[in-house]
Amino acid sequence: MAPRGGRVRNLWRLRRYVRPHLAEYGWLLLAALAATGAGLAVPLITRRMVDGPIAERDPAGLLRLGALALLLGVAEAVLIFIRRWVQSSSAVRMEAAIRSDLYAHLQRLHVGFHDRWQSGQLLSRATTDLSVIRRFLSFGLMFGVLNVITYLAVAVLLVRLHWPLGLLVAASAVPLFLVSRRFSRAYLVASRRMQDQLGDVATLVEESARGLRTTRAYGRRPEMTARFSRDARRLHDTSIAKSRLLARTSAYFDLVPNLTLAVVLVTGAVAVARGQLTVGDLVAFVSLQLMLVWPVESLGWIIANAQEAMTAADRIQEVLDTRPAVADPPAPVPLPRATGARRLRFEQVGFGYPGTTGPVLRDVELTVEPGETVAVVGATGCGKSTLLSLVPRLHDVTTGRITLDGRDIRDLRLADLRRTVGVAFEEPTLFSMSVWENLTLGRPDADEDEVRAALAVAQAEFAYELPWGLATRVGEQGLSLSGGQRQRLALARAVLGRPGVLVLDDPLSALDVHTEALVEAALARVLRDTTALLVVHRPSTVALADRVALLADGRIAAVGTHSELLAGVPAYRAVLSAAPGAAPGAVPGATAEAVPGATADDPDGDPDGVDLVRS
Amino acid sequence: MSVEERPSPAAPAEHRTTPDTAPGVNRRDGPDLTRWRGRATDPDADRSTAEQLSPEAVTRLRARSRALLGALLRPHRGTLAVTVALLLLQNAAGMAGPYLVMLGIDRGIGPLRAGDGGPLVAVAAAFAVAAAVDHAAKRAFLVLSARIGQAVLLDLRQRVYAQFLRLPVAFHERYTSGRMVSRLTSDLDSIAELVDGGIDKLVLAGLSIVSVAGVLLWLDAPLAAVTLLAFPFLLGLSRWFTRASASAYRRTREAVALVIVHFVESLGGIRAVQAFRRERRNQQIFMAVNDDYRRANRDAFRLIATYSPGIKLIGNVTVAVVLTYGGWRILAGDAQLGVLAAFLLYLRRFFEPMQELSQFYNSLQSATAALEKLAGVLDEPVGVPEPDRPVPLPTGPVRGAVEFASVTFGYRPGALILPGLDLVVPAGQTVALVGPTGAGKSTVAKLVARFHDPLTGTVRLDGVDLRDVADADLRRAVVLVTQETHLFGGTVAENIRFGRPDADDRQVQAAARAIGAHDFIAGLPEGYDTDVHRRGGRLSAGQRQLVAFARAFLADPAVLVLDEATSSLDVPTERAVQRALRTILRDRTALIIAHRLSTVEIADRVLVLEAGRLVEDGPPAELIAGGGRYAALHRQWRDSLV
Repeated sequence: MAPRGGRVRNLWRLRRYVRPHLAEYGWLLLAALAATGAGLAVPLITRRMVDGPIAERDPAGLLRLGALALLLGVAEAVLIFIRRWVQSSSAVRMEAAIRSDLYAHLQRLHVGFHDRWQSGQLLSRATTDLSVIRRFLSFGLMFGVLNVITYLAVAVLLVRLHWPLGLLVAASAVPLFLVSRRFSRAYLVASRRMQDQLGDVATLVEESARGLRTTRAYGRRPEMTARFSRDARRLHDTSIAKSRLLARTSAYFDLVPNLTLAVVLVTGAVAVARGQLTVGDLVAFVSLQLMLVWPVESLGWIIANAQEAMTAADRIQEVLDTRPAVADPPAPVPLPRATGARRLRFEQVGFGYPGTTGPVLRDVELTVEPGETVAVVGATGCGKSTLLSLVPRLHDVTTGRITLDGRDIRDLRLADLRRTVGVAFEEPTLFSMSVWENLTLGRPDADEDEVRAALAVAQAEFAYELPWGLATRVGEQGLSLSGGQRQRLALARAVLGRPGVLVLDDPLSALDVHTEALVEAALARVLRDTTALLVVHRPSTVALADRVALLADGRIAAVGTHSELLAGVPAYRAVLSAAPGAAPGAVPGATAEAVPGATADDPDGDPDGVDLVRS
Repeated sequence: MSVEERPSPAAPAEHRTTPDTAPGVNRRDGPDLTRWRGRATDPDADRSTAEQLSPEAVTRLRARSRALLGALLRPHRGTLAVTVALLLLQNAAGMAGPYLVMLGIDRGIGPLRAGDGGPLVAVAAAFAVAAAVDHAAKRAFLVLSARIGQAVLLDLRQRVYAQFLRLPVAFHERYTSGRMVSRLTSDLDSIAELVDGGIDKLVLAGLSIVSVAGVLLWLDAPLAAVTLLAFPFLLGLSRWFTRASASAYRRTREAVALVIVHFVESLGGIRAVQAFRRERRNQQIFMAVNDDYRRANRDAFRLIATYSPGIKLIGNVTVAVVLTYGGWRILAGDAQLGVLAAFLLYLRRFFEPMQELSQFYNSLQSATAALEKLAGVLDEPVGVPEPDRPVPLPTGPVRGAVEFASVTFGYRPGALILPGLDLVVPAGQTVALVGPTGAGKSTVAKLVARFHDPLTGTVRLDGVDLRDVADADLRRAVVLVTQETHLFGGTVAENIRFGRPDADDRQVQAAARAIGAHDFIAGLPEGYDTDVHRRGGRLSAGQRQLVAFARAFLADPAVLVLDEATSSLDVPTERAVQRALRTILRDRTALIIAHRLSTVEIADRVLVLEAGRLVEDGPPAELIAGGGRYAALHRQWRDSLV
C-alpha cells in the first residue's frame, strides 16, 4: 500500500475541477453553516421555553418563543434547499468535466496503450469510479467539513451548559474516531480489490459480448457462464467481506452515542436534583447531544466515501498519467502544402512491440516515389500490417525513421500527417453511425461530390440504396452489412478527398471476383497520382502496383516489378503464385494500367453477360 | 430519445437535407450532432422488446420487475424473516431511548431529590440494555442483509449474463454489445449501491415512522394528533417525489447507456479513430451524450434537492407547533415536562429517517430503473429456443446430412433473402457455395449453424429438424467459422482449446499442425502460451484466422461450415490449409463459401446462389464445361491469377 500522503495526492490533483466552483462552494458552505446554526438554535429555544415561560407560566412568552422556533425552522429548510439546489448542478458538472477529459485523453493515447488495456477496465473508470468521486465532491467533502464544524459548535455549547458533561460528550467522539481510522485502512484495501474485480467482470462481459457469435458457434455457453460465475462469485465474496467491516463499524457508531446518552441522563438528573442544572438545561443538553449523533455517525460513511474516492482517483490518474507515446512534437515542422503525391521513405526502420522480445521489423529500407504504388507482399504474420501502421504513426518506429517529403514524420503535427495519409485496415471498422458520418470520419467538411466520387471508386454506390440512403445507421448498432460491403465503405473512407499518401491493408480481400475487378479499375485511376503502399495477398491486386516489395522475416527481401520478382526471386513465387510451381513465364500484368484499364472503360458491360454484382 | 431515429416515410432520405432535430438534445455544437447516429432501420434498436414507452408497457414492466425481485428473494425467505425480526428488535431498542429520557426526567429526578436513586438507576440500566441490544441487532442485521443482498446480486448477475448468452444472434445484432455491457455493469452497479447501503435505512425508516406515531399517540393523544397533521403533507410530497423521480431516473439510465455505447465503440475502434483524426468529432459527440447524462442526473438531483428540504420544512414546522402546543398543555397542567422532551426526541426519530430516506431514495430509484431494464432483458423471448424435448441425432459411422426444405428467411420484414430454398447435402459431401455479394450465402451458413430459425420451412440435420436438436448436440455436430474471427483474452492454446475444452496440449498442437499454424505459433514470444491481447504485438488477421481454423478442427464436427474463413491468408498458407482440408473433409460434410475459387476446387459439388435461389448445381468440372455462370466466374478468377 502506498503511503498516506500519496493516497490523498491523486484526489488532491483533481482539485482543478473544483476550482471553477470554488465561489459556489463558499456560498454553499455559508448556507450550510447558517442552516446548522438555525438547527442548533431550536434546542436552546426549548431550554428557554422550559426554564422561562413554562416555569413562570407566561403564555405570551410561550407564543413568542414558538414563533421564533417556527421562523428558524423555516429558515433552515430554505437554506438547505438553496444549498442542495446549487450543489446538484455543480457536482454533476464536475463529474461530466472529468469524464470528458478522461475520454479526450484516452483518444489521445497511442494504440499500444489500447492494445494493452482492456476496455472494460477503462469503462469502469469512466463510470463507476467517477460517480464515486462525484459523490465525494458533492456530499462527502461538504459534510466532512460541515460535520466537523457542527461537532465543534455543539461541543462548545454543551461545555457551556455543563462543562463536565460537555467534556464527556465531546470525548465520546474519540473512540469513534479510533474505530473509524482502523476501519478506513481495512476498507480501503477491500474497496480497491472490489473496484478491480468490478473491472474484471466488466472486461469479461465486454469480451463475451464481442465473442458472442463464436461462443454460439461452438456451443460454449456453459463454459462461458461458468467463467462468469467464477468472477461474479469472487466479487460477491469481496463485497461480503466489505459489508462485514462496515457492519462492525457502523454498529459501534450507534453504541457509543447511546451509552453516552445514558450517562448524560443519569449524571444530568443527579445535577438537576442537586440544583446545579435546570430541567430546561437538561432537555436542551439531551437534544443537542442527539444532534451530535449524525455528524459523528456519518464520519464513518464519509471516511469510507473518501477512501473510495481516493482509490477511484488513483485509478483515474493511472490513466491520465500515461503519456501518449505517439504525440505531437514540441516544435512541429510544417508539411509543405503541396497538393498531390508525396515521397514516402523508410530509412533503416526497425520496430518491436513493447514487451516482446524480438523486433517485428528490421532495417527496412524502402522508398515510394511521388505517385508511385508499391505493394508489400509476404507470408502471413511477416509484419506487413505492422509496417503499414507505422505510416500514420499508430505506432512509432523503434529505430530508424520514416520520412514524408524528406521530413521525419515524428517532426510533423499528427493532424497534418494523418490528414495526408488515407488508411484502410484489414478489418473495416464501421461505427454505429450514419454512412455519411462513417465516410467523413476524418473530413467532416467533405461535400457531397467528394463523397460520391469516393463511393464510386470503392464501387460502394449500394449505400445510396440503403433504406435511408447515406443517413442509414450502419455499424454494430445499425444495419448489418456484408463483409464485402463494409470493406468497400472502408475503402471509400480512405480515398475520400484524395489524400497525398494512401495506405491500404489488403483492401479487397472480402470482395467477389467481379466486384474486385471493378474496384481495381477505379482504384487504378486514383493511384495514378497518389503515393500508395498496399498490402496484397492476391496476385490480381498486385497488378495495381508499379513495384512490389517482398517482406520476409521483418526485412525487405527484394524490391522490383512484379515480373522481375516473379522471374528472379523464388521466395516471391512461392508467396504469390496460385498454383504450386506456376510457370514463371505466365507473366501478365507487366503494365499496371493495362489489365484493369480495359475493364474500366466499360464499367457496366460484363463480357460474359453475367451480372453478378447486386448488393 | 428515439424520436429522431424512428423512420418516418415522409422524411427525406438524403442525409444533407434531413432537418430533423430531437428536442432536448444539445445543439450547442451545431445541429448535425443530433443526427450523427443516422437512422436506424429498426425503430426498437435501442431497447429490449419489453421496454416500450407506452404507459401500459411501463406498468407491465414494473410488474415484471417486481415479480423478478420476488423470485430473487424467494430462496432467502428464512434469512429474510430473521433480518426482519432483528430489525424490529433494533427498532424497539432504538425507540426505548426517548421514552427512557422521559422516565428519567419525570420519574427519576423527583425521587432523587428525596434521596431515592433507585428509579434513576433502573432507567440507566434499561438504557444500557437497550443500547446493547441495539448494537447487537444492528450488527447482525447488517451482516445478514448484506448476505442476502449480495446473494441476490450474484443471482441476478448470473441470470442476466446467462440470458444474454441464450438470446439469439438477431437480438444481439439489434441490442448491441455496448448496451449489453451497460446492462451488466452500470445497471448492476446501481443495484449494488442500494444493496451496499440503503435497504436497512429504507425499512428502518418505515418502521420507525409507524412506531413513533404509535408511541406518540400513547404518550399524549392531543399532542400526537397535532403532530399527525403533518402526515398528509408528508404523504403528498412523497407521492410527488416518487412519481417524478421514477421517470427522472429512468432517463438517467438511458442517458448513461448512450455514454457507455459511444465510449466502448469509439475506443474499441481507436485505430480508425486516430488514423482518420476522428478525435475532435468524437469528443463533440461524447460531450453531447455526456452532457445529456449530466442534465438527466442534475434533474434527478434537483428533485431530491426539493424533496429533502421539503421534509425538513414540514418537520421543523411540526417541532415548532409541538413545542408551543406542548408548552401550552404543560401550562394548563395537562402534560408533564418529560413528555414534551420525549416528543421532541421522537420527532427527530420521525423526520430524520425520512431525510435519509430521500438520500437513499436516489439509489432506490436508480436501482428500480435498472432492475426494470434487466427485467426487460430477462423477459425477452429467446427467439431461437432450445427444444423442450430434444430429439437425439441418429448415431452411425457417417453423419452430417444437411437438408433445406422450402426454407424462407429474411432479416427484415418484407425483404426476403431466401424466398424458398430446397437443398439436400448428403453426409460427407463437400459443397461450395458461390454467388455475388448479397445472394444469401452467409445466410445459408447461419441457418445451418442455427443462428437464426427459418421463417417457414425446415432445416434438418440427419433428418432431424434443427429446432428439435439440443444445443449441445447441435454444436458438437456443426461448427461455423466466419471471416470475423474472435479471439478471447488468454493464451493462443486457450483459444484453440475453445473448440474442445477437454483437449490436452498435445491435441491442441496437433490441430494447429494439421492446418499449418504450428510454425507461426511456435515463433511467438511464448509459443502457445502467448497472450493474444496483452503482449503488445497483436496477431494479424491471417494469424487469427489460422487460430480460428485450428479451433474448428479441434472441435471435430460432423458438419463444417466455412464462410470466407481463409480470406486473409496469403496464398501459400491458404494452399496449406486446403491441403489439410482435403484430408480432414474426407469423412465430413462441409459447406464452403469463398470468393477465391481456389478454395472451391476441393469441392465435390458447386452451388451457384443468386438472389436466394439456386441457379446452378453440379460438380465443378461439369459446371465449367457447361459454360454457365460458374464457368464465367471461374474464367474470371483464372484470369485474375498470375
